[in-house]
Amino acid sequence: MLSRTAANLYWLSRNMERAECLARILDATNRLTSLPQADGETNEWESAIATAACAESFKLNYETANEQSVTEFIAFSPHNPSSIRNCLETARQNARAVRTALTVEMWDAINGAWQELKRFENRRLNRDDFSRFLTFVKSASLAYDGSAYRTMLRNDGYWFSRLGILVERADATARILDVKYHVLLPEKERVGGQIDYFQWASILRSVSALTSYYWVYKESVKPWLVADLLIRNPQMPRSLASCYENLSRYLDDLAQFYGRQGNSQRLARAMLTKLSNTTMDDIFQGGLHEFIQKFIAENNRLGNSITEQYLT
Amino acid sequence: MDAFDEMRAANGQVRPAYLVLSDWLKRVPPDVLDYRRREAETIFRRMGITFAVYGETEATERLIPFDIIPRILTAREWAFLARGLTQRVKALNAYIHDVYTKREILRAGIVPEDLVYQNPVFRPEMNGKPVPHDSYLQIAGIDVVRTGEDQFHVLEDNTRVPSGVSYMLENREIMLRLFPELFARHAVAPVENYTDELLATLKSVAPLSASGDPTVVILTPGIFNSAYFEHSFLADKMGVELVEGRDLFVRSNAVYMRTTEGPKRVDVIYRRVDDDFLDPLVFQPDSVLGVPGLMSAYHAGQVTIANAVGTGVADDKAVYSYMPEIVRFYLGEEPLLANVPTWRCREPEHLKEVLSRLPELVVKEVHGSGGYGMMVGPASTKETIELFRNKLMREPEGFIAQPTLALSTCPTFVESGIAPRHVDLRPYILNGRDRVRVVPGGLTRVALNEGSLVVNSSQGGGTKDTWILDR
Repeated sequence: MLSRTAANLYWLSRNMERAECLARILDATNRLTSLPQADGETNEWESAIATAACAESFKLNYETANEQSVTEFIAFSPHNPSSIRNCLETARQNARAVRTALTVEMWDAINGAWQELKRFENRRLNRDDFSRFLTFVKSASLAYDGSAYRTMLRNDGYWFSRLGILVERADATARILDVKYHVLLPEKERVGGQIDYFQWASILRSVSALTSYYWVYKESVKPWLVADLLIRNPQMPRSLASCYENLSRYLDDLAQFYGRQGNSQRLARAMLTKLSNTTMDDIFQGGLHEFIQKFIAENNRLGNSITEQYLT
Repeated sequence: MDAFDEMRAANGQVRPAYLVLSDWLKRVPPDVLDYRRREAETIFRRMGITFAVYGETEATERLIPFDIIPRILTAREWAFLARGLTQRVKALNAYIHDVYTKREILRAGIVPEDLVYQNPVFRPEMNGKPVPHDSYLQIAGIDVVRTGEDQFHVLEDNTRVPSGVSYMLENREIMLRLFPELFARHAVAPVENYTDELLATLKSVAPLSASGDPTVVILTPGIFNSAYFEHSFLADKMGVELVEGRDLFVRSNAVYMRTTEGPKRVDVIYRRVDDDFLDPLVFQPDSVLGVPGLMSAYHAGQVTIANAVGTGVADDKAVYSYMPEIVRFYLGEEPLLANVPTWRCREPEHLKEVLSRLPELVVKEVHGSGGYGMMVGPASTKETIELFRNKLMREPEGFIAQPTLALSTCPTFVESGIAPRHVDLRPYILNGRDRVRVVPGGLTRVALNEGSLVVNSSQGGGTKDTWILDR
């Protein structure tokens, strides 16, 4: 398969997944801002910018981070290369370039999302509209994911599209978990207090994992258990462990198909081993934020390695 | 001007080839035809068979109108055409080969030298450079018009990157879906093997360095090209990779494509990119569509480019006027297919005659295409005619003129019902190392506006399925 075709499939999936992740970050932020505040001295919107990893380009375009500027920048701004709008637009370009490598259902999901996007663009959205917009983005990504899962031939094209989703999803989960690091607790609040508790619960809800949490742990929301669920639990489909289990598997499928192993296979396997050998104690001792930052860097390295090995 | 009606003789009698169809057309209610027409349009849209119109900002993706009434030619008519087309393509290939090597035809004074040397698409880079198997022209689209029972004329030779073959194939596909009952009552020769024949042709001209099963790719300028649909369509049907310039690279004079399994050697490039953009090291330096070093690999005999670089020297309209002589010179045969009589305005005698009869003639730019830069005298206003008179006097060598032909007509489904409309035919001729292949059929283009003679899709033309009856 042409490297360019593989790259388009990979990035198409990454862009769709990224759009969803950004929607989830905005959703999480919205929920955090609606928690009862101690004194209004909070910075949820700045944390959203930090989590979406677009602080620098944001500062070039806006003075202050508030609900309006941040939602506009992350959702619709053409100046933000990773805005939801640009992700959907780029995804459609990726799809057009490899139109014949997609099934009709996949194309419809992408093209439909792109058409729908125009109904939200360039008009003032109130909170209700905006929450409808976020729901739309999440369901567009689900429709794409589902159509690929259901209709694509299981060969290298499919595996590259899965790799794109998983690399992006691992990155997203790590970042969403990190939201909590960036959100400061109001001064009078203590760790483990009520606000802290609600903040963690909001994070779980934003990745549709609150119910799963109760199923797995059968107790009230605790930071280390939330981290355990999103980092180490292979049953949780967005967890880092689950992402790497699947990354490893699809990379092995590719290696077998092409008859050749490479750096990507080694990196994925190493990370999978690391995730299953690390305890939550290890993670919290070294600092959750530090662990996540390191993970994001290594996940990037895997992305680069896949690009180098297959996509160029 | 009475045009030849392909369905009906002058006395109103239906010609044998059209008997079944004519009977069917009489019985089918118009709303059924209309319904099928709309159904065809929906299918075309869903398949994404659109074309882009350059220079139009609005609605850059459009459908070419499709007429659901097929055009029918008999086996006898086709056999004659196929022989004539084969002969013509062989002569064209010999001419291009000669122009870039010995130039015997120039030295013999048959074609004037400046027609070659001053032709902007003449490629001095190809002088004396061998190409695999001396094969230059693998895919030709030769436009044919009909003016009488046995009168076929070549209107134009397209020897660069002729397009439209995907319409020939898709039109048939849609007709099979919409009118199975008509196919059951006609022995229509299939066209769907075109892509197999194309692949066989391309493989046959692979360089000697290629393995037993040469790797063929289609090179496209990319998704913004007006014919991108056709490029991806052909790649799909042939099972070959559709590459862009950036997918290819040249190392040690060999061409490779970048694949997920590492570099893969490429033997034959069916390019849908113009000469100018093929290799930024040799042609347009700012082109990002091409492959740096491609020409050097080509000259080293390590890759076949189809059609060869520089085949444009055979398809301008001034060279066209010499085609009968070109056929005689290389093949020693009389041309089977006639040219349309052509005045070369570069010759003072011809120019004089053209200027005196301008309102009745068709004037064409020597390097024009797509129906642009042309004047159809009888259909033009006084102002347009005067405009062309000035152009002709200023730059006579840029034009040729021809009598206005009464292109034959075929029954066509238009708003007022079924009415005759003028048509032409573009068959696609594949010229391999082993043999010439002509798939029985072609793209029939129809001028949908009443009385119009311009069949180009950019100017109100549509297409029809073309049926060659097997018996």
